[in-house]
Amino acid sequence: MNIYDFLIMRHELVLVISALSLLIIDLALKPESKRHIIPIAVVLFALNAIIGYLPTPAGILFGGMYQSTPLVIMMKNVLNTGVLIILLQSYGWLTKEENKEKIAEFFILMFTTLIGMYFMLSAGDFLMFYLGLETASIPLAALAAYQHHRTKSAEAGIKFILSSAFSSGILLFGLSFIYGTTGSIMFSDVVFNISDAPLQVLAIIFFISGMAFKISLVPFHLWTADVYEGAPTNITSYFSVISKGAASFMLMLILFKVFSPVIHVWQDILYALSVATMVVGNLFALRQKNMKRFLAFSSIAQAGFILLGIMVGSQLGMTSVIYFILVYIFSNLGAFGVVSVIENRTGKLSMDDYNGLYHTNPKLTLLMMLAVFSLAGIPPVAGFFGKFFLFTAAASAGLYWLVFIAVLNATISLYYYLLVVKAMFINKNETPIEPFKSDMVTRAGLLLSAAGIFILGFWSQVYEWINNLSVGIF
Amino acid sequence: MNILTLFVIIPVVTAFAIGFSKNMKQTRVVAAVGMGLQLLLSAYLVYAYLTERAAGNVAEMLFMYDALWFESLNIHYLVGVDGISVAMIGLTSIVVFAGIFASWEVEYLSREFFISLILLATGVYGFFISLDLFTMFLFYEVAVIPMYLLIGIWGSGPKEYSAMKLTLMLMGGSALLMVGLLGIYFYSAPDGAPLTWNLLEISKNTIPVEMQRFLFPFTFIGFGILGALFPFHTWSPDGHASAPTAVSMLHAGVLMKLGGYGAFRVAIFLMPDAAQEQAWIFLLLTATSVLYGAFGAIFQKDLKYINAYSSVSHCGLVLFAILMMNQTALNGAIIQMISHGLMTALFFALIGMIYGRTHTRMINEMGGLMKVMPFLSVVYVIAGLASLGLPGLSGFVAEMTIFVGAFQHTDAFHRTLTIAATASIVVTAVYILRVVGALLLGPIKNDHFNHLKDARWFERISTVTLVVAIAAIGMAPLWLSNMINVSLQPIVTKLSTATSTFVSLF
Repeated sequence: MNIYDFLIMRHELVLVISALSLLIIDLALKPESKRHIIPIAVVLFALNAIIGYLPTPAGILFGGMYQSTPLVIMMKNVLNTGVLIILLQSYGWLTKEENKEKIAEFFILMFTTLIGMYFMLSAGDFLMFYLGLETASIPLAALAAYQHHRTKSAEAGIKFILSSAFSSGILLFGLSFIYGTTGSIMFSDVVFNISDAPLQVLAIIFFISGMAFKISLVPFHLWTADVYEGAPTNITSYFSVISKGAASFMLMLILFKVFSPVIHVWQDILYALSVATMVVGNLFALRQKNMKRFLAFSSIAQAGFILLGIMVGSQLGMTSVIYFILVYIFSNLGAFGVVSVIENRTGKLSMDDYNGLYHTNPKLTLLMMLAVFSLAGIPPVAGFFGKFFLFTAAASAGLYWLVFIAVLNATISLYYYLLVVKAMFINKNETPIEPFKSDMVTRAGLLLSAAGIFILGFWSQVYEWINNLSVGIF
Repeated sequence: MNILTLFVIIPVVTAFAIGFSKNMKQTRVVAAVGMGLQLLLSAYLVYAYLTERAAGNVAEMLFMYDALWFESLNIHYLVGVDGISVAMIGLTSIVVFAGIFASWEVEYLSREFFISLILLATGVYGFFISLDLFTMFLFYEVAVIPMYLLIGIWGSGPKEYSAMKLTLMLMGGSALLMVGLLGIYFYSAPDGAPLTWNLLEISKNTIPVEMQRFLFPFTFIGFGILGALFPFHTWSPDGHASAPTAVSMLHAGVLMKLGGYGAFRVAIFLMPDAAQEQAWIFLLLTATSVLYGAFGAIFQKDLKYINAYSSVSHCGLVLFAILMMNQTALNGAIIQMISHGLMTALFFALIGMIYGRTHTRMINEMGGLMKVMPFLSVVYVIAGLASLGLPGLSGFVAEMTIFVGAFQHTDAFHRTLTIAATASIVVTAVYILRVVGALLLGPIKNDHFNHLKDARWFERISTVTLVVAIAAIGMAPLWLSNMINVSLQPIVTKLSTATSTFVSLF
């Protein structure tokens, strides 16, 4: 192994370097010039995102613990795009007076959790997978409690760390069964020794339950709404797209890579989870008035849709999941972007405050409308294509009734998404939100998500690009 | 550029241009110019189509254009038209054009109104030109969604409730449709051959009969909901009654036709076996639609509700005729779609104009309008006569053809239902003449009505366009029915290949 081999893990290395240099720069800066750290961090991350797209050889490091394949690199690039938009959208919030002491922490923590997710995605054995997962979780809890002087934020942090620890425990328990019955933690060994023996089925159930916590599938979703509501809005958007996206990718990779011989076992489990998640997520979302809780429950329902593609176990399934998550990143960030801009400016978070928004802030309203239509899967915006391909994947496995349930749920979800549209366009309001203009950087972030929502669907090359790198059950 | 693609591009460009207009006047002029162009283009399309056919071009679809879109799923942007779609495009253009002038004085957020209206039209045009099931479905949903905003923002009465009900029910329909279409896709080719969304390719293949049995109800009901199939019609009266004038026109006139068109172009054409086996269920439902709608209309007091129920009845007749599955009845179904599209649009336009003057839509509060607004009243009478099937107007041609076609079936089941459906003509006459009597004749009930003005120039454009079209079809139906007949050939041939036979209850 020579020194150049380390370039295989360039995503992680560049991020580690960025995080560390931010730490040092932060020490060197005077308190009043701390906010200069924002452009530096954004530029560093943009560089990282660009470097991610440079071609590099795939390879294996540390005796198979770390694997980098074109597929995993693409997943990381997808996540990078999302994080970049979040960083841009956070600008307005970070420059507020209350945050000026801890701007660097925001970036360092965010980069660290991302490093964890990258290691997790590249894992070649369960140890690396678990290390990555934990590296991702702990800074996330710190981020949730970022505004620790606010009770709700602190509560969100504690809730997240506790439920995360609990789910990790369950996950580890399952992994210990796998080690006990197969004698190995390497993915490439386990796959040959897995069968539907009772202990191993139990292991798979524990593993899926552990991951279900991270993706917030019903019935493991109970932490979601409170944490999403308590955390600062830009962190919530990180939770709902990046953290969820990475965990979904990982669940899919391990199910495809390691548990592929027993697809009949986990397909049934995922079927049940998917139906429960879509139905419960939707029913709870119906009555939410707080925009963050509303988006939290709607994103639970979206996770149910993601399972449709995963349970198929084919290349079509994997493509549709990655594509859906890419689209979902843009759509959800569009919605969260608007919510956070409005919250920062006015502090208003209730759906009733959005009444008559179109008359005062037409551009924000249009973006919000595009975003919710995309989340609901209405053409011509990208969400339609994302959902349609997921359904196609499920139908390819003959799961027509599941598709039917899913599309009905999409219709139910349309109801509450339309409530937002109704509030903004139809409802009258005595005291509407004043017209305002955001700063350039935040607007760039919003614009990027709008562009993604608009273009991604029609741009079939993106889908083909994902499809070429995706694989079925290994 | 392909002429059919222009049908999608012109509305989109018009909508963009409207986005840049400064005030209501500019907005409506831009909209009128754009949709006027579209009307001319449709006229040219009809001409070009007839010339091609006269020159001996016997291809199933003309003006085809094919571009690969999503390669791995074999999704294409594939367009092409036959006589049926040309006729439907012509109908759409006329109704949209009339709709623009009928909403000439929309002041509240007029830019947004016209943009949504034109986006809706874009979806409809796209649906009629598509031959690829994916793009077809995409345009179908594009057409449905602007309805929510159009009814919710510019509607009247319980508009929010109606808008939500309409949108959700239609989206529920597309849930069924989605399952049907995906199933068709995965059985679109024999084992091992690449799958396709291409309608013409799929029709060359036979979907396994047991799959047809499963998929046909999904597809047919999915489209049927948009075509107001009983018992899924309940969105229609509420939606039409709450919608603003132009939206009612477009919705009843064109959008509901998407359901009928899809039902035979996709459901029956691709799954003839299941269609034969299950037709009896849907025949019962559609016959119920026809009668229920007609009787429902008798008991309504609100002009818009009367017309909405009458639409349920007439659109039920379309689906009824489609299920008869013979050349004559199918021909009648398509003429009925066009005829009903035109006359219901005319009705809704007139109701909007009358309401704009009298501020009531209750027939018992009105009377004697013939004396104060003769132009509108005469047009109303023409629309009414067309609706009850007076010879010389389009309604007669359509219903006559349908019933002649339906009567070609000699078994008792078909005969009974046909006779029941024919009875609806009488009921139609009752509610139409009752309204004409109460609304237009007799003494003027309210002094304020004496000062009402007759139609203004833009209202005349709107109504005359529609009246001319209705009369044209009524007087010279042959060219239209010839155009349709040739194009029906592949569908009828495909139906005759079905191995299953009709299941009769008697």
